[in-house]
Amino acid sequence: MGFRNIIGRRLGLGLVRRRKPFSTATCDGDGNGNAKSINLYSAINQALHIALETDNRAFVFGEDVSFGGVFRCTTGLADRFGKARVFNTPLCEQGIVGFGIGLAAMGNRAIAEIQFADYIYPAFDQIVNEAAKFRYRSGNQFNCGGLTIRAPYGAVGHGGHYHSQSPEAFFCHVPGIKVVIPRSPRQAKGLLLSCIRDPNPVVFFEPKWLYRLAVEEVPEHDYMLPLSEAEVIRQGSDITLVGWGAQLSVMEQACNEAEKDGISCELIDLKTLLPWDKETVEASVRKTGRVLISHEAPVTGGFGAEISASIVERCFLRLEAPVARVCGLDTPFPLVFEPFYMPTKNKILDAIKATVNY
Amino acid sequence: MALSRLASSSSSSRSADLLKPLCSAISLRRPISTDTTPITVETSVPFTSHQCDTPSRSVQTNAKELLTFFRDMALMRRMEIAADSLYKAKLIRGFCHLYDGQEAVAVGMEASITKKDCIIAAYRDHCTFVARGGTLLEVFAELMGRQAGCSRGKGGSMHFYKKDSNFYGGHGIVGAQVPLGCGLAFAQKYSKDEAVTFALYGDGAANQGQLFEALNISALWDLPAILVCENNHYGMGTAEWRAAKSPAYYKRGDYAPGLKVDGMDALAVKQACTFAKEHALKNGPIILEMDTYRYHGHSMSDPGSTYRTRDEITGVRQERDPVERIRKLILSHDLATEKELKDIEKEIRKEVDDAIAQAKENPLPESSELFTNVYAKGLGVESFGADRKEVRAVLP
Repeated sequence: MGFRNIIGRRLGLGLVRRRKPFSTATCDGDGNGNAKSINLYSAINQALHIALETDNRAFVFGEDVSFGGVFRCTTGLADRFGKARVFNTPLCEQGIVGFGIGLAAMGNRAIAEIQFADYIYPAFDQIVNEAAKFRYRSGNQFNCGGLTIRAPYGAVGHGGHYHSQSPEAFFCHVPGIKVVIPRSPRQAKGLLLSCIRDPNPVVFFEPKWLYRLAVEEVPEHDYMLPLSEAEVIRQGSDITLVGWGAQLSVMEQACNEAEKDGISCELIDLKTLLPWDKETVEASVRKTGRVLISHEAPVTGGFGAEISASIVERCFLRLEAPVARVCGLDTPFPLVFEPFYMPTKNKILDAIKATVNY
Repeated sequence: MALSRLASSSSSSRSADLLKPLCSAISLRRPISTDTTPITVETSVPFTSHQCDTPSRSVQTNAKELLTFFRDMALMRRMEIAADSLYKAKLIRGFCHLYDGQEAVAVGMEASITKKDCIIAAYRDHCTFVARGGTLLEVFAELMGRQAGCSRGKGGSMHFYKKDSNFYGGHGIVGAQVPLGCGLAFAQKYSKDEAVTFALYGDGAANQGQLFEALNISALWDLPAILVCENNHYGMGTAEWRAAKSPAYYKRGDYAPGLKVDGMDALAVKQACTFAKEHALKNGPIILEMDTYRYHGHSMSDPGSTYRTRDEITGVRQERDPVERIRKLILSHDLATEKELKDIEKEIRKEVDDAIAQAKENPLPESSELFTNVYAKGLGVESFGADRKEVRAVLP
């Protein structure tokens, strides 16, 4: 329990306001129930089934969702809940999100799918100018909190310029919405249900590389995982690594390699990028004195920059080395050059060593 | 089926008719491939229009043109099928959207315009690129991501460009190319080029808001923009009637005139594009809806049979195939023998195979190419490697 709590209080730092289990096991909400080994798209599918089951004002719509979606995340929904609640839209992202905002403004849970995060830009105006500011500018008379936008993001090995992008940083710059990214099937189900039920508009990015690749025991019942709570998924004492989504598995491999060289790495899954859990990350950095952030999106202006700046503000004197960022390069997401562009295990390992030996 | 009528003025063809039995035995034939004696052919169906007159159903053509059509379309067909095999052999990776079935649109359009006219298209662009003068080597090399590709291997299937023939590519984001096309048209009008821009898009893209924005601007400013909807009736797997309230895409311009064309008839396409170019230069934008069909699925990951029946596909292949239409025309007008056409096809096969072999030998781009052309050269911007540090090592 409260080892950290006690220290925090003693030092008058008042860091931790509540208990957070330091555990490498995934936080399961309420515990047991039957768990089955399923992949990411099945977990998301389960979450959507539960969302529509438990709230008869929930709707799922987007391009090709009716037959199950291009990644099979919406399989079976149209058959089970009917065409009035699960339906296809024409090819018009701006229209889809605008429509979703309106639906949510009437008190419904609008779960919009954007087929690939690369296509979300026509809807950017709606998200930034309409969804994010609705509650604020109407003095709380109206809101579109029931809106959840789901989009597959990230590299997939052969996606090229328009099927691989990670646009999370653009959205993290918008007060009024939340940005959530799960790392695994069990996380995805719980987080998605939380996003859908959260009273704020949320953009939920799903790592498409993991749709089939990631398989995990996922409880079959309805459970939610808390938003804005980061999780320490690996304990360590020499350096803190912060990441999200598919990149975490790459970072984990780097941590394992670093372990062989005697470097003990602590790995944190941010889970919610906006608003992000500064306390957990800060507490970890106070322990280790070093931090490395890694994401697929280009390094300049990526979300790692925000984390870096915040940590430096809060932990300047504790830091033993500059904050390291191992990210995508400052180029458009390339076609044949993808292996060079990506923040690979070796690049991370290099940066871990450089930081530890600073 | 097209009815053929020999132009009454071409007495030479009539005499050739009489001489046929003798000529076929001895090769005393007139050189068919360069014969430009006019032949008039009727299009398969009449044109339907919205807010404008229809062009005549009778199209002027000649042996040379028909044989060129045949050759070009057969080449495109062969090329796309070869790309299919290459993709399955994992030599082409990523995305590959094949155009077979739609060749008549590319070929007919090219026949009606010059290289000063611009064409801008979406991602199903291999054949449009070839029609604009691209070589097979450039196609296969780009598909396989090699240096000899038209975009130096950095674009891939969806991003073919050819600057010297004003082919502005090759766009992955659906509908994004149409406002660009209107911008091109503005530039042409401003420079008094007497040229037009053809902005191609599909039935799926027809529901994008930016299309209507672009059309409004073009109509307001009388731009020589021709918006061509290549309606193959399926937006990925969604049939047009499920995505559009009005699948009469040629009418959706409302205030802008439109023409519906049989996109499987190269001559109809040629006629429509000639008409459209004349119209656009005088009166501003016009929409052409090409009623066409793709035999393959949306992309290589789509079998193409889950949302349409195999009968439908074979039906179109049997009744409306663009290459077969031209073959029948050529044979019925006696412009070449079956054997000659088959020889052309054999030649094409060999050309395609040679190009593929050459492309396979071609090297991948240098790793330093990862950083080139992000910005204009010499702008003093460096690309940073991971962790914001300069790239010190030369990548392997």
